[in-house]
Amino acid sequence: MTAAAEGQATPRIRRAVQKSLLQSEQAQGWALISPTFLFALVLLVAPILVVIAHSFWTQDYLTIDRTFTLEQYRIALTEPIYRDLLLRSLYVSLLVSVFTVVLAYPIAYFISFHGGRRKGLWLFLITIPFWTSYLLRVMSWKVILGYNGVLNSGLMGLGVIDEPSTALLYNTTAVVITLTHAWAAFAILPIYVSLEKVDRTLIEAATDLGDGPLRRFLRITLPLSVPGIVSALLIVMIPTVGDFVTPRLVGGKDGVMIANAIQAQFGKASNWPLGAALSVTTMAVVTAMAAASVFIIRGAARLAR
Amino acid sequence: MPERTMIEIAGVTRSYGAFKALDDASLSIREGEFFSLLGPSGCGKTTLLRLIAGFDSPTSGSIAIDGQPMNGIPANRRPTNMVFQSYAIFPHLNVEQNVGYGLKRLRLDASEERRRVVEALAQVSLSGLGKRGATELSGGQRQRVALARALVMRPKVLLLDEPLSALDKKLREQMQVELRRLQQAVGITFILVTHDQYEALAMSDRIAVMFGGRIAQVAAPKEIYQRPVNRQVADFLGGMNFVQAEIVGEEAGQIVVDTKAFGRVRTDKPKLFQRNGGSATLGIRPERLRVLWDEARAKFEVAGTVVDRHYFGEITHLIVEIPGLEKPLSVTETNDFGADDIPVGTPIRLAYDPDALVAMGE
Repeated sequence: MTAAAEGQATPRIRRAVQKSLLQSEQAQGWALISPTFLFALVLLVAPILVVIAHSFWTQDYLTIDRTFTLEQYRIALTEPIYRDLLLRSLYVSLLVSVFTVVLAYPIAYFISFHGGRRKGLWLFLITIPFWTSYLLRVMSWKVILGYNGVLNSGLMGLGVIDEPSTALLYNTTAVVITLTHAWAAFAILPIYVSLEKVDRTLIEAATDLGDGPLRRFLRITLPLSVPGIVSALLIVMIPTVGDFVTPRLVGGKDGVMIANAIQAQFGKASNWPLGAALSVTTMAVVTAMAAASVFIIRGAARLAR
Repeated sequence: MPERTMIEIAGVTRSYGAFKALDDASLSIREGEFFSLLGPSGCGKTTLLRLIAGFDSPTSGSIAIDGQPMNGIPANRRPTNMVFQSYAIFPHLNVEQNVGYGLKRLRLDASEERRRVVEALAQVSLSGLGKRGATELSGGQRQRVALARALVMRPKVLLLDEPLSALDKKLREQMQVELRRLQQAVGITFILVTHDQYEALAMSDRIAVMFGGRIAQVAAPKEIYQRPVNRQVADFLGGMNFVQAEIVGEEAGQIVVDTKAFGRVRTDKPKLFQRNGGSATLGIRPERLRVLWDEARAKFEVAGTVVDRHYFGEITHLIVEIPGLEKPLSVTETNDFGADDIPVGTPIRLAYDPDALVAMGE
């Protein structure tokens, strides 16, 4: 009797399970995220797949030859011009992200520890430059650094230099200055957030145990704000490698970066597979550099204890 | 116990605008004493502790530690260490690094530093947990780490800011005993801030009771409990029955009063006693009133009727109406003779000791 009853009961249970699966939280979850998920799929994953696919093909004058080849990667990795451009891009982005973080940290520290009731106002003020377009901000640096620019006229007026310096604009330095300014707010905010999360009692405890202001900063505040420093570094580093507007406008011939070359391959040079291979190579290298930076900072923080 | 003064607080006031968090507090704390600052939240006890630690400076008045004036000396150069209410364990360091934090600055040689950390961990029964991460500790363990981290510095004064308030009742009682034992072992002056009167009574050599930024009374636990200077202190330290009395005589340090229920009583004049016309307030603790069973007689007794009863496990609170008293008396009786079975409405007689009746200042 029992065996027969169980035999009959089993399919009924299974049906119940199937029914509940459709109404389960999991199914509802998928339904809820599907619009955004599809959006991300179409606009992020698909283009990347297209780029990756192109990188294994070759340009045959006006058509694309879809036979698999690693030729484009060979060119991207061995041609001195692309190697140099990639290295310079990495160098510039590393320099920019380090400068940005170094300059952003004191600002974030000031707002977090001495902002008092005006913290909101300070953060608001920092976002003001972002009310104008990125292009305009880059152009305004041209006005400052140019041959007849603000800086040159000022220095000449003070008698520091006799004739306008050409060393300010159209070189790597100009790119670094412009990018450092452009990304400042993106570094200030994550550092600010991590400093806000530092429990002030911990700083009191360090004081109580004998640490003066510098020691307690180095032993408590700085290590505890490492997550903010890491995210600031990555937020600045990753996009600056691929920036092409700034080098185009203020970089001159010395300031050209890998993104300008990629743009040229997709544009004038009309060699999509090579452009795609350069893009993929850049992505891989940036990922590696970002990961390395995270490991180095975490390691340094651990050693500092 | 040595009678040397460790902390001298003279006329200390701390104002925030018009609000006085601490109002003209004067106090002297002896070396090796377990001293408690007791009061409700906002009474200024934490403010006073932070002034001693150096996290805040007094608006006026002075604080001296071990004979050294502390005005203008920052917290990191004071011979005090603190156990914070939140414990403030450094989350990025392990137990050993937390405990050894303050020693790093002293530049001891590695073996000495190590020895002191191990010793401090043993003092708080945390031996063997040195490598444990700060985030992997239970509340009680965090509290012990905070204690070890302060003790390892061998401060002249250890400040404890409500250190047991975050622990559950059982652990709290265990830690009270341990803290007291530890204090006697190391002989350091402990200053404990608490709002828990039982904690203060159980652990302290002396207690300062504070209200509204002022110190109301400083005395040993028994004295504070038995002879509170005013109704506020009496109320804060536990239940107290207040009885109106008529002053009939006054001599030296004593007054003689007439009460409706307790007859004529001679009692010590409280410190803050002000003769307010011809009346005074007397207080008697609920446990100083005892139920007289059957035919039992006492030299001093009052008769009344049970009007309410509250059961608390080992004790019962009886509310007894006495003819002539404006408010019924609260009586605490242990349940070993069946006080929990006395029905409401029963006539009852209560025995009392006239010495337990104390006059209150206002």
